[in-house]
Amino acid sequence: MSQMQLKSFLMWLAPTLLGILFFILLWSGVSTATDGKIPTPAVTWTAGVELFSDPFYNNGPNDMGIGWNIMYSLGRVGLGFGLAALIGIPLGFWIGRSLFASRAFNPIISLLRPVSPLAWLPLGLLIFNSTHWAAIWVIFISSIWPMIINTAVGVSRVPSDYMNVAKVLRLSEWQIMTKIMIPAVLPYLLTGVRLAIGVAWLVIVAAEMLTGGIGIGFWVWDEWNNLNVAHILVAIIVIGLIGLMLEAALVWLAQRFSYGE
Amino acid sequence: MNLDKFVSLENIEMTFHTKSGAFTALKDVNINIKQGEFVSIIGHSGCGKSTVLNIIAGLYPASEGVALCADREISGPGPERAVVFQNHSLLPWLTVYENVMLAVDSVFAKTKTKAEKDDWVNYNLKLVHMDHAAHKRPNEISGGMKQRVGIARALAMQPKVLLMDEPFGALDALTRAHLQDELMKICAEINTTVVMVTHDVDEAVLLSDKIVMMTNGPAATVGEILPVRLERPRSRLALANDPEYLRCRQAVLTFLYDKHRKDDH
Ligand SMILES: Nc1ncnc2c1ncn2[C@@H]1O[C@H](COP(=O)(O)OP(=O)(O)OP(=O)(O)O)[C@@H](O)[C@H]1O
Ligand SMILES: [Mg+2]
Repeated sequence: MSQMQLKSFLMWLAPTLLGILFFILLWSGVSTATDGKIPTPAVTWTAGVELFSDPFYNNGPNDMGIGWNIMYSLGRVGLGFGLAALIGIPLGFWIGRSLFASRAFNPIISLLRPVSPLAWLPLGLLIFNSTHWAAIWVIFISSIWPMIINTAVGVSRVPSDYMNVAKVLRLSEWQIMTKIMIPAVLPYLLTGVRLAIGVAWLVIVAAEMLTGGIGIGFWVWDEWNNLNVAHILVAIIVIGLIGLMLEAALVWLAQRFSYGE
Repeated sequence: MNLDKFVSLENIEMTFHTKSGAFTALKDVNINIKQGEFVSIIGHSGCGKSTVLNIIAGLYPASEGVALCADREISGPGPERAVVFQNHSLLPWLTVYENVMLAVDSVFAKTKTKAEKDDWVNYNLKLVHMDHAAHKRPNEISGGMKQRVGIARALAMQPKVLLMDEPFGALDALTRAHLQDELMKICAEINTTVVMVTHDVDEAVLLSDKIVMMTNGPAATVGEILPVRLERPRSRLALANDPEYLRCRQAVLTFLYDKHRKDDH
């Protein structure tokens, strides 16, 4: 590492460490002020180490390791999100390409998008008769909007020059799709996917608190009923870290598929 | 086939329907282009040069009048009228080779084998001296190189007419001169019909057999048509003092800056 790089690394590291230190001090302060009702960072750390020393134990459906709970939540997010992509992305393409479709769908999308995802939970319970599928339904609904909207915006921003190239070459609809539209829209689409997965991960915790069953959201609720606050703090950090990783993975993916002019 | 009217525009009128009402950009435009001829269209910015080119390309349908190419009415875009776009319009996710191959693949889908297509792409890249960068992406090559690839892509379609909208407009003077010389060589070699939009007087005189000078819009039309009677091959150095060259240059300048001066810019 050159001296310049070392210097800029330290310039990054020092404030980062200071920030974390400040956060831990604040946390300890809150902990002291509440007489330990909010556990100290040290207590939380110990609890976390204990939880993650055996994350995948299984003592029946009411007592499974935190690892299982995370897996179940990720599974629901993946399924709801995947179904949303399956429907949302093609719909976005259609809305972006056809004035008719955009006129038909835009008012409905504008009306439904601002609705809190949890408001859809009762409908899910009613329709699917299953808490598991109701949670997936909520994820589906909350992650479909960013995907539709960003895909449609991407399609409408495909440079008209590219479409003129397609016209001069008399490309077939299939070739236009695979050679021009999809690559051109991909960066927008990935932005949509990133937003969607962010929302989905936010929503799953809340949804599971309401639906119960195995999952990190209900796990948090359960620990609250057990008054095990240290576990709740561990869960908060873990949920944050997983969200961060999902985001980072998609940023990485987006960079791989972005083209300079 | 009528070789004197290989491409012909007859009483073309173009009206755009915009939000602020109808706007007539072109009126009574008549142009005849011979087979193998190199024609430049010159005029002030916004007069409608690109519109004329787009009508020949088939990208815009004329509001009135008839546009013909090889005795057939132009009813839409197609590879027999290849376009070199002003900003190259290469697809950034494809390599240089793939960009040209996309054109070759769609034009010669049924008439060339895979190996022949590959040869043909490489032949055209060589023609514009871009074979060394075949596997680079557009963002890895210079502006001049991109424009060459754009030309290779158009040439690879084996068009009846090559349409170019200010192909060298965004390039620096040296690169521009270099590409002009190469374009002259290529045209001499394959003897294709070319229509080029430009706003550069020297470029127009150097390259053209005929210069179409357009009046200012709205309702722009063809003001004068100037034949350039210079022997080919032409050399920019030798022409610098050629009386015919200077006469043509003077004629275009007079048209643009005296007869049809544009004051509002
Ligand atoms: N699609 C369109 N819709 C509405 N008006 C248009 C459209 N295309 C061109 N025009 C108008 O027609 C006129 C001629 O435009 P055109 O692009 O052909 O000019 P140009 O001579 O190529 O100009 P430049 O040298 O700046 O490229 C302009 O006033 C322009 O605003
Ligand atoms: Mg133009």
